[in-house]
Amino acid sequence: MTPDEMKVRDYILKIYDGDVTKCMHCGKCSASCPAYGEMDIKPHQFPSYVAHGEIAALMDSKTIWECLGCSACVERCPRGVKPGKLIDGVRQAVIRQRGGSHLYPEQIPAMVDPETPQQLLVSVLRRERK
Amino acid sequence: MGEITQYSYFPGCTLKTKAKDLDRYARSCAEKLGAELVEPENWQCCGGVYPMGSDEIGNKLSSVRALNDAREHGRELVTVCSACYHVIKRVNDDMANVPDIQKRANNYAEFDEPYTGETKVLHYLELLRDRIGFDKVKEAVTKPLAGKKIGAFYGCLLLRPSNILQFDDPENPSIMEDFISALGATPVRYQMRNECCGGYRRMENPELAQKLVGKIFTDARNAGCEELITACPLCWYNLNSYEGPDKLPVRYMTEVLAEALGILDEKPEAAELDGVSCGCMQDAGKEA
Ligand code: SF4
Ligand code: SF4
Ligand code: SF4
Ligand code: SF4
Repeated sequence: MTPDEMKVRDYILKIYDGDVTKCMHCGKCSASCPAYGEMDIKPHQFPSYVAHGEIAALMDSKTIWECLGCSACVERCPRGVKPGKLIDGVRQAVIRQRGGSHLYPEQIPAMVDPETPQQLLVSVLRRERK
Repeated sequence: MGEITQYSYFPGCTLKTKAKDLDRYARSCAEKLGAELVEPENWQCCGGVYPMGSDEIGNKLSSVRALNDAREHGRELVTVCSACYHVIKRVNDDMANVPDIQKRANNYAEFDEPYTGETKVLHYLELLRDRIGFDKVKEAVTKPLAGKKIGAFYGCLLLRPSNILQFDDPENPSIMEDFISALGATPVRYQMRNECCGGYRRMENPELAQKLVGKIFTDARNAGCEELITACPLCWYNLNSYEGPDKLPVRYMTEVLAEALGILDEKPEAAELDGVSCGCMQDAGKEA
């Protein structure tokens, strides 16, 4: 782990506020996940990546943008690990620390139609922009 | 029906714009059932997603203000939009049980008295079941939806995480089925009714959203549903915009209620957007 990764890991752990070492790799979270097929690093792998300090890989993963935040994994994890919250923590670390945004306002017009609810715009912007 | 009880009512930004039917039928049906929904002045959009980061305060303040306003009026706070319910209920839990958030949010908000989670948050379905009573709803039905096979689509936000939302059994919910029965229709249970429809990825990964919706429709159709109902404007949009096999009609729960109460065609003026600040665009880029 680079010193930078170590710093970001502490930051992620603070936002996440859970215990990754309780994960027993049972895979129930991944089995529950509706976005599983879109993800490169799967929900059940997140706790051990964090435990082993492989933070850069998580920050570059597709997973953090594909997660739907539906909490199916949080609800069904038998060990209370809250993998969805961990994924969200990594996403927030990326948005806040890299000062970056995943979605830019210029991209939006092409993604909406007359029926698109505000709720969707608000939510996506909140999830993906600093 | 007896006396009118007042409730604070947080409509949310989408019910003021794209989901007006969800809103106006919520109000007119409540009125018919003896409940008055009072909209606080100057409420702000709840943000649509609960800020999960344990250190977030700024994004929770609009919910805290709505909760405090309800407390000041001595009322319970009702929402219809599943997302509003989810966000406000989780923020309320933070305000009651997380001292750090409680302290910092109160420092920002400067209420006369610190807010510490006193307000009871009710989903419209809970208002119907626990305050008005499904038996009373049943009595008020003038056009029973007899013979209709309706599936409830709960989605994810109403149910999870269940330890905080405490809305219903997260894996085998029944409140919407009981609601459907009260209207004289036949509720049809199907497995995917509590799975996420992928609404949040509808903009950037519509293929995923379509695939998930397709699975939901197929499951619902195989179980015998003829139509689905939802309380969430995003579910409604995502499900209705599906183009593929097995598609079923999807309606707002309040619209179906209005139909059964015989007030579907009365069209009360939809409330105006004045005084409402929706966070959609103007907040982008300045979040803490
Ligand atoms: S996070 Fe929970 S559900 Fe997922 S693998 Fe670990 S213990 Fe199993
Ligand atoms: S919260 Fe994310 S990771 Fe968890 S089940 Fe839902 S989509 Fe999958
Ligand atoms: S629709 Fe919106 S943002 Fe908007 S109020 Fe419900 S969830 Fe809150
Ligand atoms: S829109 Fe999809 S994502 Fe939202 S509550 Fe409905 S199910 Fe969940």
